[in-house]
Order: sequence, then structure tokens, then C-alpha cells
Amino acid sequence: MLATLRCVIHRDLLLAMRQRSDVLTVLLFFVIVVSLFPLGVGPEPGLLRTIAPGVIWVAALLASMLALNRVFAADHADGTLEQMLLSATPLGLVVAAKVAAHWLVSGLPLVLLAPVLALQFDLPQAYFGVLVLSLLLGTPVLSLIGAIGAALTLGLRGGGALLALLVLPLYVPVLIIGAGAVEAMASGVGAQAHLLLLAAFLVVAAAFAPWVAAVALRISLE
Amino acid sequence: MLEAVDLQCVRGERALFSGLGFRLRGGELLRIAGANGSGKTSLLRIVCGLLAPTLGEIRWRGEDIHGLREEFWSQLVYIGHSNAIKDDLTAAENLKITCTLAGSSASGEWIGAALRRLGLAGCESLPTRVLSQGQRRRVALARLALAEAVPLWILDEPFTALDAAAVECVQELVAQHLARGAAVVYATHYEAQIASAVSLRIDLGAPAG
Repeated sequence: MLATLRCVIHRDLLLAMRQRSDVLTVLLFFVIVVSLFPLGVGPEPGLLRTIAPGVIWVAALLASMLALNRVFAADHADGTLEQMLLSATPLGLVVAAKVAAHWLVSGLPLVLLAPVLALQFDLPQAYFGVLVLSLLLGTPVLSLIGAIGAALTLGLRGGGALLALLVLPLYVPVLIIGAGAVEAMASGVGAQAHLLLLAAFLVVAAAFAPWVAAVALRISLE
Repeated sequence: MLEAVDLQCVRGERALFSGLGFRLRGGELLRIAGANGSGKTSLLRIVCGLLAPTLGEIRWRGEDIHGLREEFWSQLVYIGHSNAIKDDLTAAENLKITCTLAGSSASGEWIGAALRRLGLAGCESLPTRVLSQGQRRRVALARLALAEAVPLWILDEPFTALDAAAVECVQELVAQHLARGAAVVYATHYEAQIASAVSLRIDLGAPAG
């Protein structure tokens, strides 16, 4: 069973390595969206510092959504997904492995890039830790919730737009808590409560989302 | 071993078949024939458990497969219409991944042997995007050479895009598997010559209307 999970993660990472352009598109999208704000809002340091966490979070959210339809679509098109449904390993675990690989490719790089982008907003370096930590806890939740949406909209015409409508409202709590973490620290309250809440989101999502996505996949493939 | 009871399949308000049943023991071959759109693939997907029948059930060794789930799937090889191979991976990588997903581990040596058996010597480390349609089908079918211990094979149009030599090779693989006491279900238009003690056939009628 573990061998299967390792194999799925390894396979998805290998595929991502061989289709690097797809991965880079998402990263560049993230960089560009974040960079548009200082240009659009103007060079007002106080304002930029205030909006920085929110802008980075919204951009991360959009970027991770952009990558979502890749989670299952290719496997659906070439029939690999059918084989996964017939795997000797429970489908929920296979989905969890796929989401993990997806996050490593399209979530983790966003987390690592965030401090560099935060420099554009003149965010004090003392807040970088909290920003990175909140993204580190939050982006896997985005991938997990997104996987449910991706599974539900699999094979539908205009699935991309539908996916956004379905998933974005569910991202709202993560966005509020995640972006709030840095602000809480700036206001002197401390970010601990926010981070703990994000961690709780992550635990709940990791426990349930793969199984929900697995059920959705079985329905989509009937 | 495998039993279908009173199956009915309705796709898009149209009944493809109803009251369909069969019983397959070890060593028996079942061919599903029928025109395009007569429900061959649907029937195979129902037998695998990918599709729920509108009515009826599939039993594996006397138990409903919807209760068995992974236990049933670990004893099944399904090769569908699509080859389930990735263009960006090599033939050997593809084969290794499908085997691992199915719950069996295959060493590099075995994988090489399976690919050679299907006439893919020299293609092992090429990305499958450069292979022809028939060669890709062979990569998918090479899995059969590694699935000797699996008691049920379900093949959907296994011979599409294959040349005469490959067709013969697949027929031989199936015949050997039947001789080992396993059951094989396949759908095809092609009149295959498979040596088998017991050979059943289901003809799905032409779609009404």
C-alpha cells in the first residue's frame, strides 16, 4: 500500500518534471499577479504594507486554483484514472498521494516565493516567518478542497469556470484566517490563534477531503 | 467464479440490455460481441465495478463485488479502451506504475521481459509519445504478461491497432492464462482464435431505434 502511494507521488513529480512549463506557468502567474498590485496601487509604503498579506494570499489562492484542473484531468483523459479506481489500494489514499504531489509542485513553490514577493510591499522581515508558516499550513488545505471540486467537475464542459465557482467560496475561511495571521501579529495580538486554526483546517481537510474526492471521482467516471 | 445476475444497463434513457446473466468458471473464456453502441464497454465496466448496473449484480466467488471492492479489484486486470499510459514516461516506467497501482510489484528485469514478449525490445526507455498507436497498445497489454497470478482478466477491444504478430502474441497470452485456470472476459469485433476448453459468447443486440 505504501509502495503504491510512493509510486503515485513519484510518478506525479516525474510527470511534473517532464512537463515543466505547466508548473512554471502557475508560478509566473503568482509572481505577476502579486507584482501588479504595487504598480496599480502606487508607491505608498504604509498602504502596501497593510495589503501585502492579503494580496499574497489572494494570489496564492488564484494560482493554486489555476493548477487544480491538472490534478485529475490528464489521468482521466488517458484512462489512468480508471486504473486508479480499480487499484488494490483504497482510492482515498491514492487521491491523497496525488494531492500531496500536486501540492509539492504547485503549492510549496508559492510558499517559498512569498517572502521574496513580500519585499515588493516593504513588509517588515519580522513578519516573514508568520507569512510563510500561514501559507505552509494553508496551501495544502487549498489543494485538498480543490481536489474535491476537480473531481466533481471532471469531464464536464466548461469545467474550469464551474470549478472556480464551486471552490472559491470554500476557500474563504482559509483566506480570512491565513491573511489575518500577519495582521494579527502586526497588531500585537500574536499569530498563534490564526496558525492553530489553520492547522486545524489542515487536519480536518487531510482526514476527509481525499475520501470525498474519491467518492466524487467514482460518480464522475460512471 | 464470476457470476452476473439479471443485469440491466440504462444509458441516457435507453436500455442497452436487460435480464443479462452469465456464469464463468475458472479456465473459461467469455467473449462479448455486438455492434458499436450495443453496450460492450458498458457491460465490461459493470463487470469491473466501474459502473453500477441499473439492476442486478455481479458476484465474485459468490459475493457481491460492491461489498468486496479492493479485495475484488486486486484479483482483476482491466485493460480498457484507453491505454492508460503517459506520453511523457517511458514504456518501462508506464508498465511499472500500472503494476504497482494494481498492487503487484514488478522488478525491472520482469518488466523488460514482458515488453520484449510483446515485441517492444529496444523501446523500453523511449518516451511513449514517440511510439505508434499499435506500440502503445502493446505497452498496455504487456501488463498481461506480468499478471499471470491474477485470476480474472477483463479486456476491452484488446486487438485494436495491433498487427498480426501482436494479435497472435496476445491470443497466446490469453490461452496460457486460461490453461492456468483463470477466467478471461473480452469484448471484440475481431474473430480471435483463442484455444480454450470452454468458450462462452454473449451477443449484445443492436440498439433499438
